[in-house]
Amino acid sequence: MAEANYPQDLLYHPEHDWARVEDDLATLGITWYAQDALGEVVFFDPPAVGTTLVKDEPYAEVESVKAVSDVLAPLSGEIVEVNGDLTGDPGAINEDPYGEGWLVKIRIAEPAEREALLDADAYSATLGG
Amino acid sequence: MSSTTTSELPLQRERARTIFEKGAPGRRAFVCPERDVPQVSGEALPERFRRRDPPRLPEVSEPEIVRHYVGLSKRNFDLDSGFYPLGSCTMKHNPRLHERVAALPGHARLHPLQDPERAQGALELMWNLQQALAEISGLPHVSLQPSAGSHGELAGVLLTRAYHEARGEHRHKVLAPDTSHGTNPATVTMAGLEVVKVATNPDGGVDLDDLRAKADADVACLMLTNPNTLGLFDPNIEEIAQIVHGVGATLYYDGANLNAVMGLSRPGDMGFDIVHFNLHKSFTQPHGGGGPGSGPIAVSDRIAPFLPRPLVARKDDGVFDLDFGRAGSESKSIGRLRGFQGNYGCFVRSYAYICSLGGDGLRDASEAAVLNANYLLARLQEQDIGEYLPLAYGELCLHEFVLSGGPMKKQLGIKTLDLAKRLLDFGFHPPTVYFPLLVEEALMVEPTETETRETLDAFAAAIAEILREAADEGPEIAQNAPYTTPVRRLDEVGAAKNPVIRQAF
Amino acid sequence: MSRYTSITPADLDAMLETIGVPSIEALFERQIPEGVRLRRPLELPDGRPEQDVFAHLRELARKNVSAEDELSFLGAGMYDHYVPALIDMLMERSEFLTPYTPYQPEISQGGLQVMFEYQTAISELTALGVANASVYEGPSAVAAAGYLAKLHNGGRRFVVSAGLHPHSIETLRTQAHGYGMEVVEVPLREGVTDPDAWAAAIDGECSAAIFAQPNFYGAVEDAAALSGAAKDAGDPVVIAQVDPITLGILAPPGECGVDVAVGEGQPLGNRLDFGGPSFGFFAAREEYLRRMPGRIAGETTDVDGRRGFVLTLQTREQHIRREKATSNICTAQALNALGGVVYLTWLGRRGIVELGELLLARTHYARETLCALEGVEPLHTQPVIREFALRLDADVAEVKRRCAAQGVNPGVDLERITGREEDRGGLLVAITEQRSRADIDRLAEVLGAAVGAGERRSAGEPAVVA
Repeated sequence: MAEANYPQDLLYHPEHDWARVEDDLATLGITWYAQDALGEVVFFDPPAVGTTLVKDEPYAEVESVKAVSDVLAPLSGEIVEVNGDLTGDPGAINEDPYGEGWLVKIRIAEPAEREALLDADAYSATLGG
Repeated sequence: MSSTTTSELPLQRERARTIFEKGAPGRRAFVCPERDVPQVSGEALPERFRRRDPPRLPEVSEPEIVRHYVGLSKRNFDLDSGFYPLGSCTMKHNPRLHERVAALPGHARLHPLQDPERAQGALELMWNLQQALAEISGLPHVSLQPSAGSHGELAGVLLTRAYHEARGEHRHKVLAPDTSHGTNPATVTMAGLEVVKVATNPDGGVDLDDLRAKADADVACLMLTNPNTLGLFDPNIEEIAQIVHGVGATLYYDGANLNAVMGLSRPGDMGFDIVHFNLHKSFTQPHGGGGPGSGPIAVSDRIAPFLPRPLVARKDDGVFDLDFGRAGSESKSIGRLRGFQGNYGCFVRSYAYICSLGGDGLRDASEAAVLNANYLLARLQEQDIGEYLPLAYGELCLHEFVLSGGPMKKQLGIKTLDLAKRLLDFGFHPPTVYFPLLVEEALMVEPTETETRETLDAFAAAIAEILREAADEGPEIAQNAPYTTPVRRLDEVGAAKNPVIRQAF
Repeated sequence: MSRYTSITPADLDAMLETIGVPSIEALFERQIPEGVRLRRPLELPDGRPEQDVFAHLRELARKNVSAEDELSFLGAGMYDHYVPALIDMLMERSEFLTPYTPYQPEISQGGLQVMFEYQTAISELTALGVANASVYEGPSAVAAAGYLAKLHNGGRRFVVSAGLHPHSIETLRTQAHGYGMEVVEVPLREGVTDPDAWAAAIDGECSAAIFAQPNFYGAVEDAAALSGAAKDAGDPVVIAQVDPITLGILAPPGECGVDVAVGEGQPLGNRLDFGGPSFGFFAAREEYLRRMPGRIAGETTDVDGRRGFVLTLQTREQHIRREKATSNICTAQALNALGGVVYLTWLGRRGIVELGELLLARTHYARETLCALEGVEPLHTQPVIREFALRLDADVAEVKRRCAAQGVNPGVDLERITGREEDRGGLLVAITEQRSRADIDRLAEVLGAAVGAGERRSAGEPAVVA
């Protein structure tokens, strides 16, 4: 994805992770900023379904030629689904970080944690100039 | 000069074929000595332990082997052939005397488990080298055991841990500046501790306020190199030592940049407790394409009891020995870091270097290294270059300096990477790129003392030419460089996505 | 001007002027605080011209008794194999000797392709899918494999056979202490790892199970059984330290259930050099690829479609991944690994088998011949390939001194290297293709006399049960 883009319907964690909340489920991924900083992603190995995520803690790694980055959980919960398509070709993380590049889906444990996340404008502001 | 021709050069036309793709069934080089003892029965090695199919090694004749590997050598740039200003690598001339002495059978064919009484030459050499390193560093106790710089660092952190544990303390943190070499944090994690970064101040040195805030009783050690990776000597080093020692922590010196200060300043005198050396940097052990290296360490009195074993000792009668620390009471040593006693072949070469130069010669080498770096810096800050590649910190430097390619990128549209690739067409190895991370589009340059002024001038001229080319003819030339190397830019992403790391059969 | 520098007074003047300082001293005065300046010369002997340095180093060499000066049967991890002349020639070529790590692949295709070929050769030798471009040497390779296991499964202890090289066990202990892993040693029985003790020591908390093949005492282990038992008792990473020279005729670790195979590469085309530098090889099942330490060369293409090689998976390495690195190793022993791959190429597919068969036959002959001597018996009677352990009914140090006077070094004093009481009287004898039958016969003659000449250990001392 060539242009910086932060959809309004998502919640953002300051460490460049996003969450799309739908009832008691949340889909998680990394933001445009994160994939841009990493460069072309070469490897992503999702954690197993059933794994417990703790807010602010790393739950997986995204690997590019340049660097490996922790992916932090914006919310706590249990993984109900992972994006297996990324295993063969993780390119979607760069091309469509909010769509085909989703990483895991969780059942939210603590709905109140959403208060601590940022909306698109607040998150963009943290990225500065 | 350089060329942007698109017609292929001979080395480019030659398609890479591995040794496994050469030869033919039945060809051979090795002639096995004849069996001069009785044939063994099947019992000697039961069938179930035997290999069924031999490993699929090549089948080639000796001339084929020579032609293949000599051919490969021609697809390699090297220090003997050209300028190699890699920052923090100290690519100085590798004297061939060192290869000659290392090849003497008395050194080369000496078995590591030969009895010490019959290896007195080797032990004396190691002892003398230890003494020399102690004098250069200002710390009296030396172990030659670690295999390379990062191995020496691991030793240093393990030593620090052992030192604190012996005092009944369990400290968990190691402080390291945010300009530190990548090895440092990895080493710390392996030793079971945690890295805490210390900020750099606007002058490029350690931010003292940040250090004071972070230095507490849970800090085991501060790991520093001085001069640092920006090529700057921290003027506050004495105060840094006080702060660190004040909370009972140790001060560790990464010797990667020792080439700037030999005979001029000693880490022991700066207050460091543990110093590691890279024999493959300041002491001319050839880099060999990435290794071997050797990373001896020197420590203060309070750290000495924990040094790895064996150590070289000299008995009262002048006879040398290996001290394994087993005699008598419990040894406090951290133990072994590797087999036998270290990379002796590297000791021989470094010792020959120190014998050749002597104390004054080592100091002259550091002075020349610093002179060359400042001269090259001055040339690269001249009008047609300095505006695009400004010095990141300070005004003078020691043995290396860091430029920022930020303005070049903004104004000319070429990145440090592109500059580096275009330099290949001019016959130079580029400087270190994108390190330290603190500097945008970093270019770290270390010419070393063994380069002539003419070489430095030619390098500056090449940089000026590349910048002019970008300004006048556009960024595409550098962006698509190199053109004249055996292969051009390679697909590193593809290599990481679908790793092919061995020949398929 | 110093040795190897070129700054003439004219150069100096011009350079100082360009920089804008009056003297070299000014460069230091302005950057290094006076309090830490060294204001006296370094107390080292004066520098000397090349011919004097050469004479001095030759003098030191003469004080060493090398394999050139005596008939040597020393082994225990490093061996006096013949290094063919073409390896010396290639390892001294500027293009292999003097470059740095291949960070600019376009001008390092030679070195990178050598790494790729080396990785292939090691993978073939060990029958494991992936190999790196080498690590420092044998014992630290074992420690690196242990670290891989720790990162992989976070278990609490390493179980190691007492047949592992003592330096490997010690190195592993030193490093494991750093990250809080316990190391438990399983004894040998009749010269090989005690299978019952091995199975009993391994459970679900065992991170790695480690043995040597052949083991330190020269015995061939039942590697498949050890691996199988380990996987039955728990889920450790099975690690084997193997002798590469034996892999022409010995079943390779990849076919014996081993997950990670490491070892000392010195026997492959590298000199003794009093213990280093050499290289360690490191191979593993494909699933461990992204956990492998050290450098790896990978194949790729350039913008014009040419085949080429690059360092790959560098994100695992210290310089990018920092805290999460798979190790802190940032050097491959590139030059020594070059010697290794050229040696394996020189041996070739048939040569490595022939060499193995020759060593097997000579080692067998040597053990039989020596054990026929009075006061000499085998420490164990397991199959051996190139090295074996004896028990002498005499003081080993004394025996060695008497042999030395005859120009023979019969082997390694076992107790001195292992520190184990049960190894008292033990001698480890190594055979290479440079030790002919005549040499072995001479060893028998000299050793027999040396053992016979002294006081029997057994007289006045209870026999130590093996």
